[in-house]
Parts: sequence; structure tokens; C-alpha cells
Amino acid sequence: MNLSLELMLQLCIIMPLLATFAIVATGRYPNLREGVTIATCLALIFLVVNLYQGLSAGESISVYWWELLPGLTISFDIEPLGMLFALVASFLWLVTTCYAIGYMRSHQEKNQTRFYACFAVAIGAVMGLAFSANLFTLFIFYEVLTLSTYPLVTHAGTEKAKKGGRVYLGILLSTSIVFFLLAIVSTWLVAGTLDFKLGGVFADDVDKVIASILLVLFIFGIGKAAIMPFHRWLPAAMVAPTPVSSLLHAVAVVKAGVFTVLKVCIFIFGLDLLAELPSTQFLLYLAGASVLLASLIAMRQDNLKARLAYSTVSQLGYITIGALLATSSGVIGSSMHIAMHAFGKITLFFCAGAILVTLHKSKISEMRGIGLQMPITMLAFFIASLSIIGVPPTGGTWSKWYLMMGTIETEQFVLMVILMLSSLLNIAYLLPIPFHAFFPNLTSFKASEELNNTTKISDKRLSGFEIKEAPLPSLIAIVVTTLGCLTLFIYPQPLFDLASAILTGRE
Amino acid sequence: MITHLPILQVIIPLMAAPLCLLLNRSRLVWLFSLLVSGLAFTISVLLLQQVMTSGVISYELGGWQAPWGIEYRIDQLNAFLLLIISGISTVVLFAAHTSIEKEIPKDKHTYFYILYLLSLTGMLGIVATGDAFNVFVFLEISSLSAYALIAMGQKRQALWASYQYLIMGTIGATFILIGIGLMYQMTGTLNMQDLSQRLPEVAQTRTVFVSFAFVIVGVCLKLAMFPLHLWLPNAYAYAPSIVTAFFAATATKVAVYLLIRFTFSVFGLSFSFTTIPLQTLFMALGLIGIFVASTTAIYQSNVKHLFAYSSIAQIGYMIVGFSVSTVAGLTATLLHMFNHALMKGAIFLALAAVIYRIGNVELKSFRGLGRQMPLTMAAIVIGGLSLIGAPLTVGFVSKWYLLTALVEQGWWPIAVLILLGSMLAVVYVWRVIEVAYFKEPLQQNIKVKEAPMSFLIPIWTLVIANIYFGIDTRLSVQVAQAAAQSLFGVSP
Repeated sequence: MNLSLELMLQLCIIMPLLATFAIVATGRYPNLREGVTIATCLALIFLVVNLYQGLSAGESISVYWWELLPGLTISFDIEPLGMLFALVASFLWLVTTCYAIGYMRSHQEKNQTRFYACFAVAIGAVMGLAFSANLFTLFIFYEVLTLSTYPLVTHAGTEKAKKGGRVYLGILLSTSIVFFLLAIVSTWLVAGTLDFKLGGVFADDVDKVIASILLVLFIFGIGKAAIMPFHRWLPAAMVAPTPVSSLLHAVAVVKAGVFTVLKVCIFIFGLDLLAELPSTQFLLYLAGASVLLASLIAMRQDNLKARLAYSTVSQLGYITIGALLATSSGVIGSSMHIAMHAFGKITLFFCAGAILVTLHKSKISEMRGIGLQMPITMLAFFIASLSIIGVPPTGGTWSKWYLMMGTIETEQFVLMVILMLSSLLNIAYLLPIPFHAFFPNLTSFKASEELNNTTKISDKRLSGFEIKEAPLPSLIAIVVTTLGCLTLFIYPQPLFDLASAILTGRE
Repeated sequence: MITHLPILQVIIPLMAAPLCLLLNRSRLVWLFSLLVSGLAFTISVLLLQQVMTSGVISYELGGWQAPWGIEYRIDQLNAFLLLIISGISTVVLFAAHTSIEKEIPKDKHTYFYILYLLSLTGMLGIVATGDAFNVFVFLEISSLSAYALIAMGQKRQALWASYQYLIMGTIGATFILIGIGLMYQMTGTLNMQDLSQRLPEVAQTRTVFVSFAFVIVGVCLKLAMFPLHLWLPNAYAYAPSIVTAFFAATATKVAVYLLIRFTFSVFGLSFSFTTIPLQTLFMALGLIGIFVASTTAIYQSNVKHLFAYSSIAQIGYMIVGFSVSTVAGLTATLLHMFNHALMKGAIFLALAAVIYRIGNVELKSFRGLGRQMPLTMAAIVIGGLSLIGAPLTVGFVSKWYLLTALVEQGWWPIAVLILLGSMLAVVYVWRVIEVAYFKEPLQQNIKVKEAPMSFLIPIWTLVIANIYFGIDTRLSVQVAQAAAQSLFGVSP
């Protein structure tokens, strides 16, 4: 095919939106409808990979659509950070679709057409967001993403879903309108431009107080980054079906948040200015508190999805910290963590969903011994947990490494301790789940006599169990993302190249 | 022909109104009114084009020269308003025939259209004329027909609502008349152009102060500005649905126009904003209005009431923009007039469709409508998002300009308040959406179907306009900016 890169860029955004119409039109024939979705996924990956090659070859790809208001344009420009985000999101969309087909059918969910249609809109919005050339365009897609995911969060249509939806929309809309929009308008008036520019848009003699206030407004306003105290929407959104939680609340929506934070820090403020601002320190500690508190809350959750949600809040704090550290290793760590955490967390959510559809269990306390029934799923859970914790042989190692380096370089030892503590907490709240799943009698090691008895008993009991894994499409998805976690450890070079190219301009 | 456009704009609907009596058949009269309104719309488009290319049009009525005769003066501001009024009127009329079938007895249909056209005439006249006394005449034409139209509502409360409006409206109109009388006493002229030149000479007299006070209070009564808004919710809620859609989108805009015209053009900027602390007063009242009305809207159980209170809140935004008294602020107000007309037109027409199908707009009857009337409800959702100010809708455009205007002046706290106000809009819009999409339908509404095409076409015309003008803002922003600049005497 002989498409120009500019055209491909536009197709990335338009195609998922067009697919929405096709999905609605084919709503009566589920197989055809899912066919449309998968075809769109594949085409999207093709486009994004082509764009990636174009970017690697050093071409500059930008598109101008139209001027919405005088001086404020909707335009797109690809840079490495956006490329990284788009690659992760488009690849994981395919995997999630595969997973969703298995999940939604075996769970006999209603309104599946609406589900797939909204999903496609959300991905279109993510693509637009990733490739935005200015803050204004980014804001538009940010809001589109919020609104298009609302029907997904409230998919069940129950009273609980309605309440969750209220919190979701309430927090995301109010932070973005009250703080984010205000920050954008003020930036527009102070700097005279909203275009993303390496090194920032503010003049050198900008008033530090105003810039500080703006930074706080931005960080609070980007509610999708889930910095405490604006994190409540994420646990609330867990009423959604699991594929939604996995893609949107481990990848698309939350990563859109931290992506926006990174964009603002690097391309609106610029790292030099950021390091000088007095409010940066305050926000760093806030993010640190968010990391720690969320981990502590996660420990106390018995609902698996809720625990994962709080874990996400905590991990998002890592990325925000990396951005605010304002050093190159911080930025590299953050942007790599976008990808690493995405693969790890999506696997964990996939597993949670698989347990729900096959064994109908959502509470952690009920999950003892399920490793014998769902060995593949629980093995995947184990590996993904390692990636979240950040130990070899998983991808999470690298990003946490760079984040640590960032804290040491800037001599933020308090933060360094916080990050280490949080990693320990990660171990404490994630690893027991697979351990208990595989060794249901772990606690009774104390008395060997009893052990023998219990093992015998449970062996008899367990022999009644058959291996009962998740539906095949879902299982494939789980395996693919788990392999992703491992591959990213062995072969992180392309990711690292992209991440380190963010600060140097183009590759 | 082309030189007579300013008068044709007003005279065509005026002459057409009595002609309806001759036709006297519901469908014929409807088609005829639609034609007339469409004609008025065409004329307003032509006028706007003319004004934007070649500047202000001055038309002498009957060939009598200005200070003696009546002058019609069309500048960017009027032309913009004429476009809004006649455009909305045409779109709304499209649905009228189906809608009034269920709401108004058959023998009164002809009168309905006559009154509608008269009301249209009145509004167009107020806007087109350059003569202060003429303003009063047209104000009475539009108001009297409005009282009668509201009284046509199905329920008995309509009579009381109309009576309330009659009393308040008459007080307002009388105040305006007194104000104009006092001006005439001091200057000996009624032509606005003349007045603006002669008033500064006598600006420091008590009479001029008093006349200013009378005019402003009178206009604010018609405007339903907080705390003079008490007539509006009932009038909107009990009027026939078509009338509500038409008035909600246009009537208050005409009053805002009068406010701008009198403060900026007649009394002049320095008198209105320097001599008198209008800025602080209006800013405060506008903000209180936003919060009080939005909060009240949250607690309404009748959806028409809910959006009527929302209208009062939206007027608050216009007043805040106005009280900034900079070009940017006024641009925001003018833009919001245009944009709000589109949002409320769409929402109230959708409510008209709900009434057509269900018979009432109590919130509890909205249960399950998201599934039964998907297109109508989608229109309310998009209209609501526009009210909230979501990007890619017109609401975002006006919000952006209002924020820019406030932050430019360094009024951060007020900008924050404005944004918090729009959070209240989220709450009241979402109350409707949650009931429509999350509840099972009521037993008696189980067979309700989507609204007929005669509703869907105008509703979606306005909805698409909401999105179109939220993306392609050239027309609205250019005209609003040009109008604001000319009012401030800045050459663009």
C-alpha cells in the first residue's frame, strides 16, 4: 500500500470512529460485528507500526486539520512519547478485543454492540490524544475519552453501576473542567501558545508564582492520572465489565492521564523550568503519598478488582513522580513504565476476569487453590505480579530501575525510600494471591503431622476438580500479554530508544 | 428591493399575521407561517452579509430623515440577533403543526399562528429599529402576543403563569417607557444615534440617572435576570411546548440585546460603567443567579421547570460576560446568546416531542425513554453536554471565551466560580440522563415509540448545529467579535 504517513496518521484517529458505524450497522450479526472490530484493530496496528518506522527513519509527521478558534488549531504531530503510547494502546486493543469476545459471550452480557462501539470511539480518542500537537487538541480528545467510556463503565445498567458512573464522571469531568480547562486558558494567555514544544512554551522570565499555580492546576486537573485525592473514580469504575477495566483502566484512560502529565511537564513547562518551581516539590510529595497510601489501601481490599485498582493508583503515582523529577532518567523511567505497567496490569485484570467467568469468584479470600483448576491463568498472574513489583525476569524491572536512578540523581531520598517501600508493599498484596492459589495449605506447614493429613484430605478433595480454564480467546489474550511482560525484559531496546528520544527530539 | 430589506424583515411577518385569518385551515396556515418565517430568515442572512461586507445600514422609514422620522439601523449586533431569532423561529415552526395538534384545540390553531407571527414581528422589530420609542412599541407587540400564547397552554396553571408574566412584563415595559420618556424630556429626541450624542451633555443630571435606572430595571425584568426571574419558570413550563422552545431560545436574547444596546450605544460606555457601579452589581447578580438557579434546577421534578431554571442560570453567564465590559467579555456574551439559542432550542423541542408522545415531562415519566425514544433522548444528551460546555459543542466555545475574558482581567476567582457553576449543570443534566437510561419504563409508557419525523428533523437540525458551530466557529466568532468591537468603537 502506498499511503503517505500524514494520511496514516489521520486514519489512525478516523478509522476507529468509522468502525463505530460499521459495528452498529452489523450489530445483529455478532460474528460479523466482532470481525469488524478485529479487522480495525489489525489495520490500526499496521498503521501505527508504519508510523513508527517512519518516525524511526527520522521523518517528521504532522497534520493540520482546522482552526477551531482563532489561534487554536486541531493538529497532530508525532513525537516519540506519543508514538510509544499509541503503540502500546493499539496493540493492547487487539489483545483486549480477543479477550472480550471470550469474556462477553461466556458471561452473556447484554448490549454488546454498544460495548464494542464505545470501545472503538475510546480508542480513536486515545489515538487523537497520543498524536496531539497542542494542548487544545489534547484536551478535546481527553474529554471525548471521558464521555465515550461512561457508557462502558455503567454497562451493567444496575443501581451500583449508576453510582459508580456518577463518581467516575463527576470526578473526571469536574477536575478537567474546573482545573484543567482553567490551566489551559491561563497558559494560553500567559504563553500565547499551546503548541507542545521541547523545552516548554513559557518565556524565561515567566513569573514563578503563576507558573507554580499553573502546575498545581494541571496536576490536579488531569484527574485521569488519579493522584490522590482525585483517585476515587478509578475504584468506582471497577463496576465495569472486566475487559473495560483491563484496557481502559489499566491502559487507555489512566495512561492517557499520566501521558498528559508527561506531555505537560516536558513540552509545556520544560524540565528546566519544572525543576525550579517551588510547587514541584510539593507535588512530588503528594504523588509520593499517593503511591504509599494507595498501596496500603490495596492491601486491605478483598475484592480482587478493587485491589488491582488501588494498585494502579499507586503505580500511576510512580509515573507522575518520574515526570516531576525533571531529569532525563525520570522521564525515561516514566515513559517506560507506561508500557511496562500496561502489560503487567492488563494481564492481572485479564486473570481477574477469567476467574470471574469460569469460577464466578471475585473475592481474594475465596481464591485458595484455584491454581490447580486454572494453572495457566494463575501462572500468568504470578509473572504479571513480578512485573508490577519490578523484579527480573519481567519488564517492570527496567522502568523501576530508571525511576530509582532519577530519585538518586536529584537526591530525593525520601521519595527513593517511598518507592522502595511501595515495592515491598506490592509484594505483600500481590504475591500471596498466586501462592495461595497453588498451595492452598500453605499456612498449615507448621505441624507436619497435620500437614500430611490435610494434604491427603485436600488431595482427595482436589482430585474432584478438573482443569477448567478461561474461554480460549481469553486464554490466548492472557498468554500474549504475559509473554509481553517477559519479552520486554529481554528485549527492551526499542522501547528504551523511544523513551530516550523524547528529550532529544527525533530519533 | 435590496435597499428595503431592513423594513421587509419586520413588515413581512406583521402583514402575514392577519392574512392567516383568511386561510383559516390549520395545515395551510402552518405552511404559510413557515414560509413567512423562512422568508424572514433569508432576509436576515442577506442583511448579515451586507453588514459584514459594507458596514452599517441605515434605513429611513417612509423616507423621513432621521431625527424626525423613524430610522432602522442595522449593524453587526442587530444583524446577528435577527439571524438568531428568525432562524430559530423557522426551525421551531417546522415541528409546530404536529406538536399543537395534541396541545391546542383545533379551532384555535389559526390564532396560534397569528400570535406566533406577531410575537416574531415584535422581536424582530425591537432588534431592527434605531428608535427608542419604537422599541417600546415592538416590545408591547411581542409581549402581548406572548401572554396570549402562554395562556394557550394545556393546563389551568398556564393562565396563572401568563397572568404572572403579564404583571411583571407590564411593569418592565412601563419602566422602559418611563425611562425613554425621561430621556426624551432631557434631549428632545428618540433616535438612539441622536440620544447617544446628546445624553453626555446632560449626563450629570438626576433625570438622566433616574431614566437610566428605569430602563435598566425594566430590561432586567424582561431579561429574567436574578432576582427578577420569578415569572420565567412557570411561563416556560406551562406554555405550549412549541412556544417554550421558541421563547427559551429567543425572548431573553432580545432582552439581553436591549441591555447591551442601551448601556453601550445609548448611554455610552463611560456613563454606564464608570459613573454607575453597574459592573460590580451585575457581576455579583450574575454569579448569584448562576448558582441559585442551577441549584434550584437540580431539585425540580418537572423537566421543563428544570431547563427553565437552567435558562436563568445561562442568563447569568451572559450577564457576567457583559459586566466584564471588555471586548472579550462582550464577545463571550454575544457568542453565548447564539450558542444558548441552539442548545435550548434543541432541548425544548426534544421536550415537546416527549410531551407529544407521553403527555407530560415529569422526571419520573422519563424512565426508560433512552431505549424507547433513542433519537430524542440523544438530542437531550448532546444539548445537555453543550450546556455543560463539553468540547466540540457550542457550549465549549462560549465557555472558552468567557474564561479568556475573565482570566485576561486577572479575575481568577470568578473564573473558578464560573467553572464550578458548570459542574452544577452536569448534575441537573445527568439527573435526566440517569432516569432515561437506567430505569425501567413505567407501565403506561411501555408502548411509547420514537417521535415522528416532523419532530426529529428540526430537533436534529439544531443538534447538528450545536456540533457544527462548535467545530466551525468562523461565523459565530467573527460576527460576535465584529459586533463587540464596533460597540466599543474599536476598528477591527
